[in-house]
Amino acid sequence: MTETNRPDIQTAPQEPEASGPEASQAEASLWADAWRSLRTNPWFIISAVLLLILITMALFPQLFTNENPRECYLSRSRLEPSAEHWFGTDIQGCDYYARVIYGARNSVAIGVVVSIGVFIISLVLGLLAGYFRGWIDAVISRITDLIFALPFILGALVFLNVIESRGVTEVAGVLIVFMWPTMTRLMRGSVLSVVNVEYVTAARALGAGHLTIMRRHILPNSLGPVMAYTAILTGIVIGAEATLTYLGVGLQLPAISWGLQLSDAQRYITQLPHLTVFPLIAVGLTVFAFMSLGDAIRDAIDPKSKKR
Amino acid sequence: MSQAMAEAQRDPFADAEVVLEVEDLVKHFPIREGIVIKRRTGAVQAVDGVSFQLRKGETLGIVGESGCGKSTLAKLLMRLEEPDAGSIRFRGEDFLAMRGEELRRMRRKIQIIFQDPYTSLNPRMSVGDIIAEPFKLHPEAQPKQGIRNRVKELLDVVGLNPDHINRYPHQFSGGQRQRIGIARGLALNPDVIICDEPVSALDVSVQAQVMNLLEDLQEEFGLSYIFIAHDLSVVRHISDRVAVMYLGKLAELGLDEEIYGAPAHPYTQALLSAVPVPDPTMRHDRQEIVLQGDPPNPANPPSGCRFRTRCWKATEICAEKEPELIVRPGITQRAACHHAAQNEDVSAFES
Amino acid sequence: MTTTTHPAGTEQEGYDASAPLLEVDDLHVEFRTKAGVARAVNGLNFTLNAGETLAILGESGSGKSVTAQTIMGILDMPPGHIAGGEIRYRGKNLFDMPEEQRRRLRGVNISMIFQDALSALNPVLPVGFQIAEMFRVHRGFKRKQAREEAVKLMQKVGIPAAEKRVGDYPHQFSGGMRQRIMIAMAIALDPDVLIADEPTTALDVTVQAQVMRLLKELQTENNMGLILITHDLGVVADVADKIAVMYAGRVMEAADVFEIYAKPGHPYTKGLLESLPRIDAEGERLNAIPGLPPALTNIPPGCPFSPRCPYSTELCRTDRPELLPVAEGHVSACHYREEIYSGELKPREEAQA
Repeated sequence: MTETNRPDIQTAPQEPEASGPEASQAEASLWADAWRSLRTNPWFIISAVLLLILITMALFPQLFTNENPRECYLSRSRLEPSAEHWFGTDIQGCDYYARVIYGARNSVAIGVVVSIGVFIISLVLGLLAGYFRGWIDAVISRITDLIFALPFILGALVFLNVIESRGVTEVAGVLIVFMWPTMTRLMRGSVLSVVNVEYVTAARALGAGHLTIMRRHILPNSLGPVMAYTAILTGIVIGAEATLTYLGVGLQLPAISWGLQLSDAQRYITQLPHLTVFPLIAVGLTVFAFMSLGDAIRDAIDPKSKKR
Repeated sequence: MSQAMAEAQRDPFADAEVVLEVEDLVKHFPIREGIVIKRRTGAVQAVDGVSFQLRKGETLGIVGESGCGKSTLAKLLMRLEEPDAGSIRFRGEDFLAMRGEELRRMRRKIQIIFQDPYTSLNPRMSVGDIIAEPFKLHPEAQPKQGIRNRVKELLDVVGLNPDHINRYPHQFSGGQRQRIGIARGLALNPDVIICDEPVSALDVSVQAQVMNLLEDLQEEFGLSYIFIAHDLSVVRHISDRVAVMYLGKLAELGLDEEIYGAPAHPYTQALLSAVPVPDPTMRHDRQEIVLQGDPPNPANPPSGCRFRTRCWKATEICAEKEPELIVRPGITQRAACHHAAQNEDVSAFES
Repeated sequence: MTTTTHPAGTEQEGYDASAPLLEVDDLHVEFRTKAGVARAVNGLNFTLNAGETLAILGESGSGKSVTAQTIMGILDMPPGHIAGGEIRYRGKNLFDMPEEQRRRLRGVNISMIFQDALSALNPVLPVGFQIAEMFRVHRGFKRKQAREEAVKLMQKVGIPAAEKRVGDYPHQFSGGMRQRIMIAMAIALDPDVLIADEPTTALDVTVQAQVMRLLKELQTENNMGLILITHDLGVVADVADKIAVMYAGRVMEAADVFEIYAKPGHPYTKGLLESLPRIDAEGERLNAIPGLPPALTNIPPGCPFSPRCPYSTELCRTDRPELLPVAEGHVSACHYREEIYSGELKPREEAQA
């Protein structure tokens, strides 16, 4: 915890030595503190509820609808939203509510797979670059520079265009390739800010090896910003997947995804606005939920925000 | 205080075993320039030929202003930095030649206490885990009574409540955190503790508590301290012998009575004269030597004596010949000055 | 530099020339934090006259820096909050002033120097420009004239080769020189009150001596009132005329500097003086004050120092002592101030033994 702002004010709990047995044995590690502050953050509650619904939707879409999204009858094509078909039906006559519900799975899958992939890559590379510096850092940093130099959308378009059949794996793979550098830089910076702190020096003075130091001292203290960013990144990825699919280089039919729905709907945007509106709301809420989760995590972990 | 009296001062540790012997220690940090290919264009001479001995149970104070190399010296003694030249002997064994397992075992014997109680403790570890870390890293030093009991004992030794073992550093004040750092330093029963500005971040009333604790621990466990600080009063209080450092070199080395009572090096004299004494009646009695300018750039120190550019005694010889740190005629301590002479006017003692 | 009279409009704006320069009257400042309300300043009183050096001595958390920030009007609000009291500059309450008038006071009549000159100076502007800006903004000087004044001021605060260095950036100066530049900026407009918040804490002793000497010279020359905020009992003894010792947001004791070092009238002051390692004496064991200052969110009832005080009694734990006179010009907030002052009282443990 930095004491930069107002070293003249002590708000830390301080009892005299003789305070005797503890009044509260409540756990008080910084993680526990962060969790406590998360629980009381209304934005965290809102995003957590949304994400819970979303994840259930992705895992068990049957719970939300009895309709089969693939059972389409041209006879009921292009219906407006009604009591029977809440979100109306699309051109093929499929129930649009069921399509949107089932679309969650692919979006969430890509979001989670990409975030976890990027998180692991960044953790390892950022840790190595920040801890060892020198040539390892130079190599990793140059590669991140290289990827930064490529405009993401353009790069993804080119890559995905050459892949014939694109499923979740392919799209996720390409997204990982373009998204790891940002988080790796974040991790590297975070590691750099703790690598020369005295408790690390203290561990070295005790004869701790590199692995021990990284595991026990560097990792726990540099994880915060990366964790917050991972949640935000999941939102970004879900948005990016929808964008790429909309542009025609993401998932392909017959997959069900919000991007594909938006892509299809674009031709009918004036006549059948509901085809655009519902998947857009789904994407928007999902991205919003992940981003505010990220913000809430960042606020909970950042010791400076705790001063207030 | 007369010279005769200074001679009569006997070093109480003169016969004690030499624990640490440092000879001609050198550390230069290269300055590299260039964007792609880095060329070495110079070197910051952080530590340049420092020698001293530390004996059992003794406290050697090292004073100097910021940038004089005292913190680098601490890192070299801990082998957190590798020196460019010189030797460090621990109880006669060559510390610098040690590698791997041998080095790891030797680290138990030399420990360090840091300046900043806020950054020297891992905020994500409980106090119990912080103090237990030495035992985790040195399984061969496993305490008989079990790690947890030993940690509680250590907390008690440094004056903290052993029941607070599960608390985290942010729940303690600066002084208490410093005690936690001391407990960690004590865990492996070291012979030497290097204290790098251990009280300079603390408030006056708490500073005294920590200094008393350090003195008590020294007596109880027979520790030897290297006490690095910029506060001359603090060093005076705790040290048996004092070394004054200027621009990577020792300017003067002697018993604290010699250094504070009859300083012989002009730099020591200036340093002492500048320390404000907490007694307003002394205001006009002190003869203050005001040094001109700032210390020179350690990457490009002056020839000969490094202090000569700010020294009022400097003559030609000072630019030509580097003064050695030796006992000179008329003084009992070792001083690296061609014109060393005891100046009792700036003695810290009341006349 | 031409010493001018006080800025135009001094009389119109309701200042009273006969009133003391600066009076702090029963000031209360709080911080509303998640951990509760931190009472940083709790009923602070002091008076500063022209040409006088008042040292506010205290440890971290004593409220001394908050006091300085409140006088300057640079307190972060929120979380800071002025809960009561007045600060009067020449008889006029700062808190009643329109913001515009308050802003005009700041930097012109009351100015401040900080501990850390490197972060107080703008790193991307040459120091000469930063000093000159004071003249351009407040005095309406032209660029060239302002620059000349800046060079003169740099010479005055002892920066060698000022004409050459006027275009240098803050990082090109040493710590001591940067502190001199900050002093130059603070005195540029001839303030009557200069607040120095730990001005030499970050400096080496030899440089500290130079900077303190400069401050003292400038004060005498301009007849400024100087508030020196510090924790260093040595610096205080060297330069202060009066001392106010703060603890937990209160003045514990205030007196003339010679008086307080010779005969402290409060156990806290006495404890501080005794706990200090002395350069001029080979100390035995230090007389440390046990325990810790109270958390500002949880200041004990009664005397805030009572939990650490060797003389405290039941009375101290329940009744908060007022700041009352113990001798001519010497006040102390202790129930036993007379006995402490005369040295009659023994610490409780000793007395029982």
